[in-house]
Parts: sequence; C-alpha cells; structure tokens
Amino acid sequence: MVSGSGALGTVVVVGASLAGLSALEGLRQDGYQGELVAVGAEPHLPYDRPPLSKQVLQGAWEGEQTALREPAQYDALDVDWRLGRRATALDLDARTVTLDGGEELRFDGLVIATGAIPRTLPGQPPLAGIHTLRTLDDSLALRKELEGGPRVCVVGGGFIGAEVAASCRVRGLEVTVLEALPAPLARAFPIEMAEACAALHRDHGVCLKVNASVEGFDGNSRVERVRLSDGTVVEADVVVVGVGVVPETGWLESSGLPLNNGVVCDPTCATPAPGVVAAGDIARWTNPLFGEDMRVEHWSNAVEQGAAAARRLLAGPDDAQPFAPVPYFWSDQYDTKIQFVGRCTAEDELRVVDGSVEERRFVALFGRKGRLVGALAFSRPRLLMGYRRLLASSATFEDAIAHAAKSK
Amino acid sequence: MRVVVDFDKCQSNAVCMDVAPEVFEVRDDNFLYILDERPPEALRPKLEEAVRRCPTQAISIEED
Repeated sequence: MVSGSGALGTVVVVGASLAGLSALEGLRQDGYQGELVAVGAEPHLPYDRPPLSKQVLQGAWEGEQTALREPAQYDALDVDWRLGRRATALDLDARTVTLDGGEELRFDGLVIATGAIPRTLPGQPPLAGIHTLRTLDDSLALRKELEGGPRVCVVGGGFIGAEVAASCRVRGLEVTVLEALPAPLARAFPIEMAEACAALHRDHGVCLKVNASVEGFDGNSRVERVRLSDGTVVEADVVVVGVGVVPETGWLESSGLPLNNGVVCDPTCATPAPGVVAAGDIARWTNPLFGEDMRVEHWSNAVEQGAAAARRLLAGPDDAQPFAPVPYFWSDQYDTKIQFVGRCTAEDELRVVDGSVEERRFVALFGRKGRLVGALAFSRPRLLMGYRRLLASSATFEDAIAHAAKSK
Repeated sequence: MRVVVDFDKCQSNAVCMDVAPEVFEVRDDNFLYILDERPPEALRPKLEEAVRRCPTQAISIEED
C-alpha cells in the first residue's frame, strides 16, 4: 500500500471538512508517517455538517456536538492544522500552496478538498436577515434569529431548503418555501417523486409556492419581504437562500489544473499533475461503475472519496485503483427519512416496488436501458440498503424487481 | 472488542447493516439491533468501516 510513498515528504490537505479529514485519516491508516499539514478556511476543527440544518437549527444540539472526532483522535493524527486560513493559489511548478497573508506551503503530495460554497441569487442585496447555510457559524447565526419567532421564507426547495423548513416547523414558525420548478427536486427526480417531497411540506403546514421566480427583496437595512415575478409578495423577517452550491475552485484558477464545475480528475481521483488528487464536493471524476462523469455533494462520498484519494496518493499511478462507489444520501424531514442510492434523472424508468407513495413509506426503483441505476426510499431504510448491493454488482432492472418481490 | 452504538445519535440509516450484516440489523420497525456486541476479531476491518461510514457517527469500538 505504501510502495509509492517513499518520495512523499510532506502532504498538504487543503480543506478541513469531511473529505479532508477522511484523507488525513486514510493517509495515516495506510501507513504514511511523513509531515501532514491541513488548511481550513473556518476556525474550527472538522465538524459534521448534516446536523447544521437539523439538530443545531432546532436547538437540540449545541455547536460543539457537531465535532467529528474526540480531541485525542485529532492528537493521534499528528497534523499541523492551519485553521482560519484560506488557500489563495496553487503553483504546480514550485509545488506550493499560498495562503492568505502570503505564507507558502511546500508539498510533495496535495489533496484538494475545499468543497463548495453556497450559491446566491443574482442581485441578492446585502440586507440583514438574508442567510445562506453551509457552516457552523451560519447555522448558529440563523438559529439566533429563529429564536425571535420570525416569519421565515426559504428560497429553494432542495434538500437544504427542505430541511431548514422542517426545522422551522419543529420550532413552530410560519414558513414559506419558494421553489422555481413545478415541484421541489423536480430536476433530480421524476415528477411523481418530486410531488411526494412536496406533499411532505404541505402535510406539515409549510406554505409551498412552486413555479416561483424571485424578483427581489424589499427592506431598508433588514429584509422585510420577497417579491416574486408574478407580483406576489411574501412578508418575511428571515430569508434563507438554499439554491445549491458551487465548487470552491477560485484559488485554483491560475494553477493550470483542468477545471469544469469542479476539479477534473481521472477515475482514480488523480488530477493530471503528479501527486495531486482531489476529493469530496469539489472533485469531478468518471465513476466506472456507472460510466458517468460525476461530482457528488453528499456526506458519504466525502468520506469514501477522501480515503480513496489518500490511497491514490500513496499508491502512485502504477497501482492506482478506480474509485467506483454507489452514491448514497439521506435527508431527514419531519418524521420521514428520505434515502437514495445510485443515480437518477427525471427521464429514468420508475417503479414503486414497496409500500405506498400516498402514505409516504415506499421504495421506488430507477431503471435505464434495462439496468438498475438508483433506488429511493421514504422511511424504508432496511429495504433500501439491499439495492445498494445490487447497484454495486450492476444488476439489471428485472433482477432488482425480482429482488423486491422476494424481500416482501 | 465491544461494539457500542449511541442510540441518541442513531437514525437507522442502515449503512452499518450494509457494511457488516453479521453485527448490525435494522428491522421492519426501523430500529437498529446489534446482533453481536462482541464480534470476532476477524470482523474488525468491517466494523471500522461501519464506524467511518455511519452518517450520524453513532458507532464506536471499545477495547476490552
């Protein structure tokens, strides 16, 4: 495993969230004993983001409970942490990463794991009360405002928007969700499944407006209302903009690395530059299991790809293994657990194989060209995981339906 | 070694069951059951993977 690692004196990991942590742990687990430096733009040691829109926002957890590891585990990793520092440039010839303030870190191996940052709306004004949610500090700032009992408007009905809306309802707040498409998630899922997600909100007292196009925000220093292009006005004391993220590639623009909505990697998570790999939200690679070019923004991918990128760095090009995971994500909204494995588009064949969409407890399978490509479950965790294995073995759609009949 | 699950954190995502079905089972009631609290040493790599991949970081391994 460590055959190619003799030449690695110093490994720099840029990005100190889940993918970065996974890479650091992977390097140590695979036997790397050299110097490890980790650069993180936030002042915190790696923490867990999924609770930010759920437990933290609801007030059930304090910020410290999101820590991903115990202090002793961080000590054992023996990492030189550069926290609250942002990487501003990468020089592949000099093999240095420049930090804000001008310091240059020399590296032999580099892991790029700077993740993604929230997208904002075109012309979004700098009014107080308008939030995005990505970091622990974002979550704590938003929570503080929710404590005052505001009327909340969530722009964007994707997973973050949906979880924020659900957490606001748990707090008993009045919430409006604005979705630009005919249903939340209508780009990710076929319309029947997107409608099931929409129904979850309506069941729980969220005012959901679809086909809603935001025209602007009113307010002097603080937001007071959101204006839609059809003339509708939504009165709001707090606005949360959840319209997706963009990969944090700004610091790489002059590096010469190929960028295309992410850092372009080969199937082994390696960039064209020797000894430079990428992982997590920022990495675009071809997943040989699906034969598809992908960039995956989910928690499980950050864990798995961080470890894969570390292995790739130590193995070198000759012993490189392709990274071929089955993507997985989950979202907890109200009392429903939404889980998805694999891939899907709105055009894929859809078959509900267990339960009932109306009751919000079901498993649905997605097929493409006779092959199983994905499975979606509402509150069916045990059944869903069976399909992960089928996806990993490239099962046919027919085999998956037969498996469903047997599992009943 | 002993497998410990923090049931205040566990959200029954069943990822552990996918990794180590010998030890973890999520049943139809959507609760996680530990089938073997003191699994054989041979399962350690799988258990370590389950610890890493648990979406709520609810699993830990305690040494005897």
